[in-house]
Amino acid sequence: MAMEPVVTIDGISVRIEGERNLLELVRKAGIDLPTFCYHSELSVYGACRMCVVEVDRMGVVSSCTVPPQPGMVVRTNTEKLMEIRRTILELLLARHDRECTTCTKNGGCRLQSLAQRLGVRDIRFGGGDAKRPLDRSTAGIVRDPNKCILCGDCVRVCGEVQGIGILDFAFRGANAAVMPAFNRELREVDCVQCGQCVSVCPTAALTIKDDTSRVWKALGNPKMKVIAQVAPAVRVALGEEFGHAPGWADTGKVVAALKRLGFDMVLDTAFTADLTVVEETAEFVGRLVSGDRSRLPQFTSCCPAWVKYVEQRHPEFLPNLSTCRSPQQMFGSLVRNTPVLGEAEDGTDVFVVSIMPCTAKKSEAAREEFSRDGRPDVDVVLTTHELAMMIRQVGIDFDQLPSEPFDLPLGMATGAGMIFGNTGGVAEAVLRAAASLLAPADAEGHRHEAARLAFEEVRGMDGVREASVELGGVTIRLAVAHSLGAASAVLEAIAEGKAEYDLVEVMSCPGGCIGGAGQPVPSHIEVRKKRAKALYGIDKMQMLRRAHDNPFVTALYDRLLGEAGSEKAHELLHTHHVHAGKAGSACN
Amino acid sequence: MALLETTHRDFANVSKIIGRHGKGQQELVPILQEVQAEYRYLPEEILSHISTAMGIPPATVYGVATFYAQFSLEPKGKYVIRVCDGTACHVRHSMPIYEAIRKKTGLRGKRITSADGLFTVETVACVGACGLAPVITINDEVYAQMTPEAAEMIIDALMNREVNPVETH
Ligand code: SF4
Ligand code: SF4
Ligand code: FES
Repeated sequence: MAMEPVVTIDGISVRIEGERNLLELVRKAGIDLPTFCYHSELSVYGACRMCVVEVDRMGVVSSCTVPPQPGMVVRTNTEKLMEIRRTILELLLARHDRECTTCTKNGGCRLQSLAQRLGVRDIRFGGGDAKRPLDRSTAGIVRDPNKCILCGDCVRVCGEVQGIGILDFAFRGANAAVMPAFNRELREVDCVQCGQCVSVCPTAALTIKDDTSRVWKALGNPKMKVIAQVAPAVRVALGEEFGHAPGWADTGKVVAALKRLGFDMVLDTAFTADLTVVEETAEFVGRLVSGDRSRLPQFTSCCPAWVKYVEQRHPEFLPNLSTCRSPQQMFGSLVRNTPVLGEAEDGTDVFVVSIMPCTAKKSEAAREEFSRDGRPDVDVVLTTHELAMMIRQVGIDFDQLPSEPFDLPLGMATGAGMIFGNTGGVAEAVLRAAASLLAPADAEGHRHEAARLAFEEVRGMDGVREASVELGGVTIRLAVAHSLGAASAVLEAIAEGKAEYDLVEVMSCPGGCIGGAGQPVPSHIEVRKKRAKALYGIDKMQMLRRAHDNPFVTALYDRLLGEAGSEKAHELLHTHHVHAGKAGSACN
Repeated sequence: MALLETTHRDFANVSKIIGRHGKGQQELVPILQEVQAEYRYLPEEILSHISTAMGIPPATVYGVATFYAQFSLEPKGKYVIRVCDGTACHVRHSMPIYEAIRKKTGLRGKRITSADGLFTVETVACVGACGLAPVITINDEVYAQMTPEAAEMIIDALMNREVNPVETH
């Protein structure tokens, strides 16, 4: 008789249901075994040994590397195991910069919290490593080698998920360290600033560059009109920073919090996402009906990490990128350079702050082509996490915040702009708009909008999703990829002639921006699914779900831009993409 | 130092080495060994070239090159002197020999290669000639039963040879 697929864990029977390793099974049994180097979405590394358990007839094993077998008898809490875990922590801490009170990760550090949980009270081993210099060379990420515990999580996410491999182990023994090639600064290598390495780092070895003090300063300056734009993904994640379960939209609270922090206006990046849809769809349909396939498939351009990736690694595909600026930069350009906020504004007194789920957006805002006379269109980019820090700093009780509406007109958005935060969202928003542009016209030239709003075929969490959609007699072939590893597979298929598409959407982060590195952690697949669902939920509730139905977008074209793709639109809302090697020469 | 400069011709050599081995990741160590044999160290441009040619991220190539003690990312001198510090040599006072050689070649602090590019001085765990302890090797030639004074004399001879080159081959 076959043995029941059951493992005994601390005396309790636990059924094996497809778990790949003992660790997953132990966690299913409600025991939170500590880990540093295990991530369910990365390969198993088995190096930190925090996850040790005792298995009858096997002895002490790291549970993340052992597949569960029926009949196994496992113990997770013996004195011996506790001692092993404490010793590992002591060894890690012996070589670790222990300035916890001033550390950016204070309160959010796994090493710190495990030392607390396991009751480490004394460190028996000497440390004494010389302090190594910090890398603050990029706009989005700070690397502090003194805080690295060599778990290799960043190495694997950058290599396995993003397919880039900026970071790796170097040297060995006591000198072993994780670093970019030749110990260069991140600025000097092909890092795209996606920040996924930051998301998985358990300590403060990789952190988000903290820009909150610049915002406090602007808020304290009575001559500055401080304006916030809030990206779609932020509203479905900020609550997690305050202990809420993932999957809730807190839009009204986000606005209220920003108002209480002193922002003069709180506006919605989803508005300029609507504008992006209109511009990008016009560009796409133009390329499509022209019959000239040289710039097809059209690639989306709203993710700066993806744009940087194409510039650095695949300049041959630069003509395929949409020339549209990202919603963040369209917003900055409009506010700085046009009277959209009222005729009296003088753009230089306006301080533009973006609240983004993203570290790459910090680098994007710092790009030369998005500055005029040395002043960036977007002054500061704060991540969701930094906004939470500001809210905590002043003691605002997030739960007691009322729900407040965005200011108008740049606070009004349709469902199309909202789903920009999800992988597949940009493609779907473009499809909604293209459906109208390609709808057959009647005798008077009126186009009857296709009734179709939801395009389920581009939704979901598979790394690459392909779809073929028929709109007004035209078949549009799409690919949607999230993570740069998935994107590179799509590029390869196109280059080898194995696949042909008309539109390719890429977001660098798993799940899209809702899984960005500026979002609260943990940000694993289950959390991302819930955030994505919440954004689709917002979309469904909107009266208007097509970008071009946004009355303020229409008004903007009537009063300022003319029509989609006009010269004025190009000046304000588009950009040129240049080969990374030649960056700086082609843009004025 | 013309001796240590790399040129495009060198890349052609490296490409040949890669061509012989193929591009599998498991070939990286043998390729690095051959390249090092050719240049006496692994220049940064060449490591970058290997990374591009093999499609392995530069951080990984760098990681492998820094993991193994046999690889050097610093230019090595014309004469690589290794002082054995295995147990047998150590008890027979190999360290004073090491210190004498460093002093003679003008090495201070963390430097292991002399400013004129002639000498690199390292220690090595055991060269397997314990019966002859203490030993040093110079470009893989073994010198047995060394003393600090004998080592200095050998270095003097090498320095002289550089000043008044004699045709040896
Ligand atoms: S930011 Fe992204 S590209 Fe840069 S090192 Fe981290 S994971 Fe790699
Ligand atoms: S997917 Fe979104 S959050 Fe991630 S790098 Fe791109 S823009 Fe930023
Ligand atoms: S989590 Fe299992 S060894 Fe690190």
